[in-house]
Amino acid sequence: MAKIRRNDKREMPALNTSSLPDIIFMLLFFFMSVTSMKEVTYKVQIQNPQATELTKMEKKSLVRYIYVGTPRPEFRKDFGSETRIQLDDAFADTKEIGEYIINERSAMKEQEQGLMTVSIKADKETRMGVIADIKQELRRAYALKINYAATQRTNY
Amino acid sequence: MAKKVPQINASSMADISFLLLIFFLVTTSMDVNQGLARRLPAPVPPDQKVEASDINKRNLLVVKINSANQLMVQGQEMSIKQLRERAKEFIKNENDESYYPKLVEEDFGAPIGVVRYTKDHVISVQNDVDTQYQAYLDVQNELVAAYNELRDECARKYFHMPYNELDEDQQKQVQKVYPQKISEAEPKNYGGN
Repeated sequence: MAKIRRNDKREMPALNTSSLPDIIFMLLFFFMSVTSMKEVTYKVQIQNPQATELTKMEKKSLVRYIYVGTPRPEFRKDFGSETRIQLDDAFADTKEIGEYIINERSAMKEQEQGLMTVSIKADKETRMGVIADIKQELRRAYALKINYAATQRTNY
Repeated sequence: MAKKVPQINASSMADISFLLLIFFLVTTSMDVNQGLARRLPAPVPPDQKVEASDINKRNLLVVKINSANQLMVQGQEMSIKQLRERAKEFIKNENDESYYPKLVEEDFGAPIGVVRYTKDHVISVQNDVDTQYQAYLDVQNELVAAYNELRDECARKYFHMPYNELDEDQQKQVQKVYPQKISEAEPKNYGGN
């Protein structure tokens, strides 16, 4: 008669985890390729407007951003709740845009200076007066290639 | 006998790569950078007086947006959904109407050949200081869409291909038939504050 033997000494075999790093690396590369580095930390709240006829901006190094929106809650105390402009990491005045663009442009390679694009990332509730002031300022600084950042419209 | 190489303990490798992964997740953002590309007109030198441009009235399509985001095209109220068709009609002027822009004959080179097109048409967008950015962008978007649709039609007719599959020279050829002329005026204060 057969007897069911019980071996109390048997241990669970160690799980082979040698391929785990490879899997994680694969994930890592996936994320590296589909995402992009954050340019700045937002100090203004921006809800992108929607549009359908969008073009992708090809060369990141040629793009400079102007952020327009109401200050985030933690900055409300100092900056109020009116629409403000953010350049790089700080709030700025409309008059500072020209100087900022000229500085940024002179820091670029000479053959690339003409290709500089300025992307206006503005909240969809923004009043056009602010945008028009920015556009005038950009014209004066000869930054004529602009881009209104928007997201793809899914419904009408 | 060959000496046995001791195995390297690689169990922390996973932790290291996890750390890297999390670092990338935190510092990057998913949103892609896309937008509506436009070109601003060159600035007017301060010593030069702004001349009233002598654009023939029939060559001009005036699109006004007021502070309540309502649209007026050539003095008529219009919804944003009708704008694209209206702009296309205006740019094309298929039936040679006297109230649409003047048609000019020009040779665009093979395979397009001699075509009549509205050479001097201008679409003028005027907005109020209080117009919402989204409304303004909607109008810009519809106008760009009108041009894109016309160019696509043209590409399909002469090249039997959609516009975005043409090579650069062919695209330039099509662009000449439908030159994008959207002018933007300085914002004015229409209809109250």
